[in-house]
Amino acid sequence: MGEQVGLSFDLLVNALIAGILLGGFYTAVTIGVSISFGILDIVNIAHPAFIILGSYIAYIVNARLGLDPIATSVVMLPAFYVLGAGIYQVYYESFERRGQEALRGLSFFFGLLFVTEVMLILVFGVDYRYVEAPYIGPSWRIGVVDLPLRMLVPCIAALAMFAALELYLSYTFIGRAISAVAQDQLALRLMGASPIRIKRIAFGISIATAAVAGALLIIIQPVEPSVGREYIGRVFAICVLGGLGSLPGTVIGAMLLGIIESFTATFYGPSWAPAVAFGVLLLTLAFRPAGLLGR
Amino acid sequence: MASPLLEVTAVSKRFGGFVALDGIDFTVAEGERVGLIGPNGSGKSTLVNCICGTLVNETGSVRFNGETVDRLLTHERTRRGMARSFQLPRPFTTLTVADNLRVPLLYTVNARPGRALSPAELDARCVELLQLVGLADKATHLPRDLTQVEMRKLELARAMAAEPKLLIADESMAGLSHSEVDDIVGLLIRLNERGITIILIEHIMRAVMRFSQRLIVLVSGKKIADGTPDTVIRDTEVERAYIGQ
Amino acid sequence: MRTRVFLLVLIAVAAVVFFAARLVSNDYVFFAGYTVLQFVVLATAWNILGGYTGYVNFGSAAFFALGAYATVFLHKLYPLPIPLLIVTGGIVSGIVGFGMGYLTLRLRGAFFAIATLALAIVLQTLVVNWDYVGGSRGAYIIRPNEIAFIGPYIQYLFLLMLALAVIALTIARGIERSQLGYGFATIRDDELAAEASGVPTLRLKLVATTMSGALMGMAGAPFPYYIGYLQPSSAFALDYAVNSIAMPMIGGTTSWVGPLIGAILLGSLQQIATVTISSAVNLLIVGLLLVAFVIIAPNGIVGLVQGWMRGRAK
Repeated sequence: MGEQVGLSFDLLVNALIAGILLGGFYTAVTIGVSISFGILDIVNIAHPAFIILGSYIAYIVNARLGLDPIATSVVMLPAFYVLGAGIYQVYYESFERRGQEALRGLSFFFGLLFVTEVMLILVFGVDYRYVEAPYIGPSWRIGVVDLPLRMLVPCIAALAMFAALELYLSYTFIGRAISAVAQDQLALRLMGASPIRIKRIAFGISIATAAVAGALLIIIQPVEPSVGREYIGRVFAICVLGGLGSLPGTVIGAMLLGIIESFTATFYGPSWAPAVAFGVLLLTLAFRPAGLLGR
Repeated sequence: MASPLLEVTAVSKRFGGFVALDGIDFTVAEGERVGLIGPNGSGKSTLVNCICGTLVNETGSVRFNGETVDRLLTHERTRRGMARSFQLPRPFTTLTVADNLRVPLLYTVNARPGRALSPAELDARCVELLQLVGLADKATHLPRDLTQVEMRKLELARAMAAEPKLLIADESMAGLSHSEVDDIVGLLIRLNERGITIILIEHIMRAVMRFSQRLIVLVSGKKIADGTPDTVIRDTEVERAYIGQ
Repeated sequence: MRTRVFLLVLIAVAAVVFFAARLVSNDYVFFAGYTVLQFVVLATAWNILGGYTGYVNFGSAAFFALGAYATVFLHKLYPLPIPLLIVTGGIVSGIVGFGMGYLTLRLRGAFFAIATLALAIVLQTLVVNWDYVGGSRGAYIIRPNEIAFIGPYIQYLFLLMLALAVIALTIARGIERSQLGYGFATIRDDELAAEASGVPTLRLKLVATTMSGALMGMAGAPFPYYIGYLQPSSAFALDYAVNSIAMPMIGGTTSWVGPLIGAILLGSLQQIATVTISSAVNLLIVGLLLVAFVIIAPNGIVGLVQGWMRGRAK
C-alpha cells in the first residue's frame, strides 16, 4: 500500500472481482446462520467456532492423508449434522421449551463458542495452520483481471452449496416444512410434521454447512483458533443486510460486504477490514430496521 | 354530552400486501359499554393494537379524551388513561401477583401530575385491587401458580391499577366454565358502574350480549355494523358473516 | 435510608478487607485482590443490563478497554489523578453504551447482543490502527512506587477498586429496590405488557445500557496503572467478556448477591489456577462452568441455595 496509486480502472476492476470472490466465500460462512438465525430464530453466535472446527479437521486430514480439504468437508457433513442436531436437542430441552432463549440461550452459545476456541488452542496452540492443494497458488489472468484460484474455487464451491440448499428448501417436503417453521407452526402441525423435528433437522443442516465453510476458510487463509471471532460480526452483518430468512438475500448481502471490504482493503489497508462489517451492521440496523424484522 | 371519549377515524393498517384494517370509523362515549366482535382474523386485535399504540396505523387517526394520540407511544397513552388487557394473559412472570399491580401504580398513577402514592398507600392499593378481583389470598404468589381464570383476573386488575378512563378488555374466555364467564362479565360491569368506559372484545356471544350496550362488528378489516345489540344481531350482513364462519 | 445503611455496612466490610490484606503484608494479595474486585465491578455492571433487563452484552471487554484507553489517552496529554480518570473512563464508556442502545434497542434483543459482539472487534481494530495510544505495540504507563498516606501504589489501586466495587454493589442493590428495578424486571419479563402498564421501556433500556457501560469503563480506567504496559490484546482480552457473563450466570442474575458470589468464586479460582495451571485451561473451566450452569442451574448458585432452603422449609 506504500506506493501512491491513482484511482485506476485496473485497480477498481480487480478490487471488484476480488470482492465478488470474497463475497462468494462469505456466502458459505453465512448460510448456516441464515438458516439458524433467519429461519429458526436461534441466535447461534457459536457458528464461527464450528467453522474453525471444520478448518482444523480439514487441516489434520490434509496434513496426515493429503486429502483435498473440500472433499474432507463433504465426508464430514454427516458428523457435523449430527453435532448440530444434538446441540439443538440440548438447546430445545434447556431453553426454548422453558422460554429462556433470550438470556440463557444466548449465554449457552457464547459458552460453546468460547469452549470450542479454547479447546482448539489447547490442542493445536495459537500457531497459524494451512492446507496444501493444487489450486492454492496459481492464478488465472484474463486481460487485466486477476483470478486467484485460491479464491475462485471456494467461491464456486460456496455458490454450489447455496444452490443445493435453495433447491432443497424449495422442492422437498422437509425443505418446505423448514421454510414454513418461521411463518406458521400451526400449518406445519396440520401437515403432520413436528416443529421440533423439523427444527432439529434444519439446525443440523446449518451446522453441517460449517464443515464446508471451514474447509473453504483454510484454503483462503491460514487459520488459528481465534480467527472465528472476526467472522461473528461479518456473518450477522450479512444476515441482516440480506434480510433475515432469505438465502438469495444472503448471497446478495455476502457479495455486498465482500465488495465493500475489498475496496476498503485496497484503498485504506487491510487492517481496517474487520471494522467494515460492524459499520455495515450498525448502519443497517439503524436505517433499515423494518426490513430486518422479516415482515 | 361533549365530544366522545374515543374517536377512531379512517384507521387503516396493512401487513405487506394483506389489508388488516380498512378505514375503520367509530366513537365511544364516556361511560359506555361497547362490545367489539368479529370472526377470527377480522382485525379486532389489530384495531386494539392501533388504538393502544402497539402498532402504528398508516392512515387515519385516533383521538382520546379530546387529544390526538397518533404520535404517542403506548406508555404515554396508558398514562393519559387508556388501559388494556391482553387476549393471552401476559403477566410479569418473575414478579409476585401484588408486584404485577405495583408496576402500573408506580409508572402510571404516580407519573400523573399531582399524584404520588406513599409506599403504604401503594401497598393498600394493591390489596384493594386484589380484593376487587378476588385474588387477595394470592398476593405473594408468582403468576405461574394461578389458574386460567385467575390469570384473566390478574390481567384485568393490572389494567385497572392504571386507573384508566377507558379499558380495552381483549378477552378470551373460551375454555372458562359458565360461571367463570359470568364472574368476569360481572366484574366488568361493576368496573363500568365505577365510571370506567369499557370496550370488550370477546368471542362468546352470551358474554358479549350480556355486557354490551352497543355492538360493533368487524369482518375482514371493515366495520359492517354498529348499533344496539338487538338490532345488530338481526342484521343480515352480520348473520352472513357469522354463518360463513 | 436502607440503602444508606447498606452502603455503610459495605464500607465497613471493605475497610476490614483492606486492613486484613495489609496484615498479610504481601503485595501479591493486593495484585490478586485487585483482579477479583475488578471482576466484581464488571460482573455487577453486566448484571444491571443482562440480569435485570434481560439484554445480553457480549462486549464487556470493549467497554472495559474503552475506559483503559481513555486513561492512556489522557495520560499522554496530562497526567491526572486516577479518581478523575475513573470518572472520564465512565463517561466515555457510558456514552458508547448509550449509543449502542439507541441504535439497536428498538429491535429484538438479539440484535443488541450481536452488535456488542461486533463492537469489541471494531474498537480493537480502531485502537490497533491508532498510533497515538500505542497502536498494536501497546503503551507504557509508568506507575509510581509509592503514594502519600497509603504507601505502596498497588495498595492505592486496590483501595480504588474496592471503592468502585462498593459503589457498583450499592447501585445494583439500590436499583433492585426502586421503581427502576420494577421497570427493569418488566422489560425482562414482557416488554409489550410493560409498555401497556406505562413503563417507558426504551428510556429504561437506555438508562441500563448507559449505567452498565459506564461502570465497566470505570473498572477499566485504572487498569493501565495496574498492568504498566497496555496492549490491545490485554485490554480487549476475551477473559473480560467471558467472565463478566459467566460470573453473574453462575452466581445468579436476579439479585446483586449473584454477581458478587460468582465474581469472588470464579475470580479467586482463576487467581489460584493461573499459578498452578495454564491460563487456557483456566478459561476452559470458566467456559464449561458457564455452559453447565445455564443448562442445569438456570438461577445460579443463589437459585440453588434458595431452592434448597425452600426444600428444607417444607
